Amino acid sequence: MLKVKNLHASIDGKEILKGINLEVNAGEVHAIMGPNGSGKSTLANVIAGREEYEMTQGEISLDSADLTELDPEERAHRGVFLSFQYPIEIPGVSVTNFIKTAINETRKAQGKDEMPAKDMLKMLRDKSELLEIDRKFLSRSLNEGFSGGEKKRNEIFQMAMLEPKLAILDETDSGLDIDALRIVANGVNKLRSKDNATIVITHYQRLLDHIIPDFVHVLYNGRIVKTGGKELAHQLEERGYDWIKEEVEA
Amino acid sequence: MSFKENILSSFLALENEVNTDSYVHELRSKALSDFESKGLPLRKDEAYKYTSLKSLFNKDYSFFPKEEAAISYGDIKQYLMHQIDAYRVIFIDGIYSSHLSQTTHDKFDVCLMSSTLNNPKYASVIENYYNKLAGDDSLTSLNTAFAREGAYIHIPKNVHVEKPIEIVNFSTGNEASLMLQPRNLVVVGENSQVQIIERQQSLTENATLTNSVTEIFADKRSMVDYYKIQNDLTTASLIDHTTVEQKDNSEVRLHTFSFGGALTRNNLTFYQRGEHCNSVLNGVTIIGGKQHVDHSTLVHHTAPNCESFQEYKQIFDDRSVGVFNGKVLVDKVAQKINAFQQNNNILISDKATINAKPQLEIFADDVRCSHGCTIGQLDEDALFYMQSRGIGKKEARALLMFAFANSVLESVKIPEIKTRITKLIANKLGVEIGFDL
Repeated sequence: MLKVKNLHASIDGKEILKGINLEVNAGEVHAIMGPNGSGKSTLANVIAGREEYEMTQGEISLDSADLTELDPEERAHRGVFLSFQYPIEIPGVSVTNFIKTAINETRKAQGKDEMPAKDMLKMLRDKSELLEIDRKFLSRSLNEGFSGGEKKRNEIFQMAMLEPKLAILDETDSGLDIDALRIVANGVNKLRSKDNATIVITHYQRLLDHIIPDFVHVLYNGRIVKTGGKELAHQLEERGYDWIKEEVEA
Repeated sequence: MSFKENILSSFLALENEVNTDSYVHELRSKALSDFESKGLPLRKDEAYKYTSLKSLFNKDYSFFPKEEAAISYGDIKQYLMHQIDAYRVIFIDGIYSSHLSQTTHDKFDVCLMSSTLNNPKYASVIENYYNKLAGDDSLTSLNTAFAREGAYIHIPKNVHVEKPIEIVNFSTGNEASLMLQPRNLVVVGENSQVQIIERQQSLTENATLTNSVTEIFADKRSMVDYYKIQNDLTTASLIDHTTVEQKDNSEVRLHTFSFGGALTRNNLTFYQRGEHCNSVLNGVTIIGGKQHVDHSTLVHHTAPNCESFQEYKQIFDDRSVGVFNGKVLVDKVAQKINAFQQNNNILISDKATINAKPQLEIFADDVRCSHGCTIGQLDEDALFYMQSRGIGKKEARALLMFAFANSVLESVKIPEIKTRITKLIANKLGVEIGFDL
């Protein structure tokens, strides 16, 4: 589904990604781990199309279609979703209206009619139940005054509403307490299917106890330096990243 | 012909048509000499430091159209609140249009000013209120000298006017360039309520300059909601002078929506002359191109225990220029007042300008006065966030701008106006998304 080949990217002239290769197939969950500053969030933002990052080399494609020249919204229309590490507060726009606009703009881009209000309401009801979100929450301004946990839950709620092909969860576990972590992980698991794929970016292994990855990649200094199964995450939890750094630098 | 010569000959022409032996005409003659001695405001005058009127007054304006234009309801329907039942006072090139208007003298008066000026029935209202509130600046004098038409609204006490009142001044472009001097008088009695919508609209691209004066008297416990819709063509300019006087426990809310016009100057003055008054001055400005919008407000607290709220949200694109000159004056006797002023601006382009000048003059010692002024850009992180959810850049920008302005729309009481303004904003921002936030 997602193919990333020899991806180099920089910001303000500083190279952050130095040749990433990654292939994610439908139905799979990939975890990307790594120490601070290794380029994890940059990778997520570059796949989502953030303009501040300059892609200097390489290829990104989704279902064989090249993404590199597309705007962020066009990537979203093709099924890319990025759950933000720090979701943005947008005063004056309610959660419901934001999601409604996002869904209908996507449908418009796909040549479909707007979603009928009845269907939209049912979907809002079902998905808010899935993420144990209070209905009152939906009429509040997007992320404004939300706690860290509420913001993250709201990200996964939006993901549930938008039903992306490829979901990238950037540090979704940071700022979550144990209960919120369980709710978010449960939501992500229920949304998994053979047709979609998930990339989980995280620092810690604890989220991966709930969302079981098929592959774990270690990102260090702008490159994927190690790939393994879910046991690699446990190893990192026990031993930290230093041994990886030593291996790389050896 | 210079503007000054034009004024003199136009005044002589006016005298041939109006009753010169009247109270109002005495005011006119005096105002003309006041204007002549003061002259047009210049950039060196503090009040016009950021707004030059020079380009407006170098044209050869006609003060009165030579002939009456034939305009049908179909030509202007789109500019009216046609979905709702309303009283209407409509002028075409400054001349009252009876077939487009819907006036009343039933329990209260909503009619044309000219019909009241020489009618003994209205003499006491005219003598007690007309020109009692308007300022003494030169352009107000110019209006007083030439004013012969406008809306006359007199609501006696204990009347709740159910339908809104629309005042619309159309210009047809039959004259190459026309200067209009509309004059509105609004007198609202004790315990009465009224909603008024005012608009200037050119129908062609011939230049129009409107120099409008409105006086609003709100007696005890009255409520007045006043909406100014400024969405004219960019060949039209407007200098508006609106002055409000409030008595005890009255509430006056005045909204100004400025999207159109070449140059718009709003001089808005509130005098609180009674206790427990509440004044609201709200505005949304969204302009681009070479448009210029100037809000010069004054709230004068002369009595204790009152409140005033000002909130102006403004967005400037291209080379547009904005001015916000907001003054709050609190007299020594005006203790325990709460005066709030907020002015937030977004500059979309590097070439756009906002000149913001909040002024507080406080002579009382037990008051709450606050003001805030911000100038910023659209948040790039928020744009990317919205784009990453599938909302196009243009729509994302529009949604952010709408959200920015939305707090002002929340206080609009008439749903049709809210819908109309929302549509105007969507048009102005060039998007088709609904903003039912």
